[in-house]
Amino acid sequence: MVFLEFEKPLENLYEQLEKIKEVGEKGDVDVSAAIVDLENKIKLRRKEIYTNLSGWQKVQLSRHPERPYSLYYIDQICKKFIELHGDRRAGDDKAIVAGIGSIDYQTVMIIGHQKGVNTKMRQYRNFGMANPEGYRKALRLMKTAERFGFPIVCLIDTPGAFPGLEAEERGQAEAIARNLFEMAQLTVPIICIVIGEGASGGALGIGLGDRTYMLENTWFSVISPENCSTILWRTWDYKEQAAEALKLTAEHMHNFGLVDGIIKEPLGGAHTFPEETAKAVKRYIVKAISEIKQLSTEQMIHQRIEKYSNMGQYDTV
Amino acid sequence: MGWFKRLKEGISTGTNSKMETPEGLWYQCDECKTTTTQKEVKENLYKCPNCNRHTRIGSHEYFEILFDEDSYHELFGNLVSKDFIGFTDLKPYHERLTAAREKTNLNDAITVAVGLVDKKPLVVSAMDFTFIGGSMGSVVGEKIAMSIDYCIKEHLPLMIISKSGGARMMESAFSLMQMAKTSAKLTLLAKAKLPFLSFLTDPTTGGVTASYAMLGDINFSEPNALIGFAGPRIIKETIKKELPEGFQRAEFLLDKGFLDFIVDRADLRKTVGDLLKLFDDKPTFEGEKKDVIAINGREVPNVNV
Repeated sequence: MVFLEFEKPLENLYEQLEKIKEVGEKGDVDVSAAIVDLENKIKLRRKEIYTNLSGWQKVQLSRHPERPYSLYYIDQICKKFIELHGDRRAGDDKAIVAGIGSIDYQTVMIIGHQKGVNTKMRQYRNFGMANPEGYRKALRLMKTAERFGFPIVCLIDTPGAFPGLEAEERGQAEAIARNLFEMAQLTVPIICIVIGEGASGGALGIGLGDRTYMLENTWFSVISPENCSTILWRTWDYKEQAAEALKLTAEHMHNFGLVDGIIKEPLGGAHTFPEETAKAVKRYIVKAISEIKQLSTEQMIHQRIEKYSNMGQYDTV
Repeated sequence: MGWFKRLKEGISTGTNSKMETPEGLWYQCDECKTTTTQKEVKENLYKCPNCNRHTRIGSHEYFEILFDEDSYHELFGNLVSKDFIGFTDLKPYHERLTAAREKTNLNDAITVAVGLVDKKPLVVSAMDFTFIGGSMGSVVGEKIAMSIDYCIKEHLPLMIISKSGGARMMESAFSLMQMAKTSAKLTLLAKAKLPFLSFLTDPTTGGVTASYAMLGDINFSEPNALIGFAGPRIIKETIKKELPEGFQRAEFLLDKGFLDFIVDRADLRKTVGDLLKLFDDKPTFEGEKKDVIAINGREVPNVNV
């Protein structure tokens, strides 16, 4: 188990539990009462810790090294999935995975940011930071989905679009802008789910749709707390304050009316019971698709554009 | 041995004892260091008379350059930003807003006007970098959305002059969603078959580039303008190498295929006017008998002459 900073009190308790269990296995002393006692303590402590998470703590949970990534959800949700590669222009971006799959009896196009599960894979996936090829692959496959009437599911989990030299040369900004423009008019339902980090344009590049849901311990913001701190406070040290100031949690986003719902995670985060989390995600996808399918194509696109048109807070003088 | 040998290395003047030059008289170019008068620079459309460096100017200066005399008026000027999420960093956002309004005499980072360019009507939404770095918040997004609605209703073309550091952090996800909002609204303008001219000026970066600025039917820019997604400093930190000369400048983007052309500010009005005529059903180019007109050396067929 990996323990985050704020989970350290739990690490202690778990260590004690392990020790007592070892003693019990030797068979000399009856430890059952002590085990029950400790397990209760852990339960209470977990509840205490996880029911009052700060913005920054949720950011940390969203980046938990054991947290499930897009391919895990795809594997759990789809009976069949065939990954498709390449943008047909320049390359194949490993930071975004995409392909056709089946959810219950429905073929869907699934597109998601993918982070690596270990050091080597994290590099291979460029830490989930896509280049223009990733966004163009996504768009190519969305257009394919549109031609065949398949709903589109986007799983968002990125610390941002890759800020590299070649990314700029090949038009990172244009790739994201083009996706936003095209996604607004796609004639098939688009369901977006933030499963981890939702940072800025890199997240939004596959994040415009009829429904946007956020898993409970995820965030969605114009900038990561670290970068916000660097720009406004001129040092990384204020990331906790920045995380609070940005009001970036699922709860805030839902209250602001910027996302359509929150998908509950098991206590302690998605990684503690990933199968349960995947089931919940699937339920939301299936429900959203059937709801949107009630609408005519014109109504669907009209409602999608209206939804985004209404986002914004200002005064008049 | 010289009489005036410097005894101390690196003598520098403290910020407090630096002498302020009175504003409004002299102008020194950041590029070629030539000193001229402000008046000369202004008469040269705010370009350095020596090296032709295009200085940053505001929405009203662009309106004056673009529109026929006394032909334009402002739209949607009554929208102002508000601190909806209660954002505070070193200073509360609402204080930053008040300070920006006082400093710039503007209500936000974008001003919209409708007027005539060479007798052709056009809606221009122009950004001001002096207002919190030209950042895009709810007001910028809404004013662009309103400009689009206005264009569709009145059947007019749209020009957006971008000049922005990106999305406004102090409005967090609200500013992020303006990228989606403006892009989605632009699809309606496209469906109405109305031209969208995107003019990217120094600097255009971040969420503005990654939404409406890159979505023009025509994308064009001024010489040497900085245009990009990530800022040069962040890229340098990421790749840990020096950036090549001219990286993220307008000429670089033209070379990479993201701009249609670069226009000198002196030719801006004429170029926009010509484009408006060409996008019209029946263009008339009075007195011009050419079969083609050239925009920056590129020939554009003049279909109806």
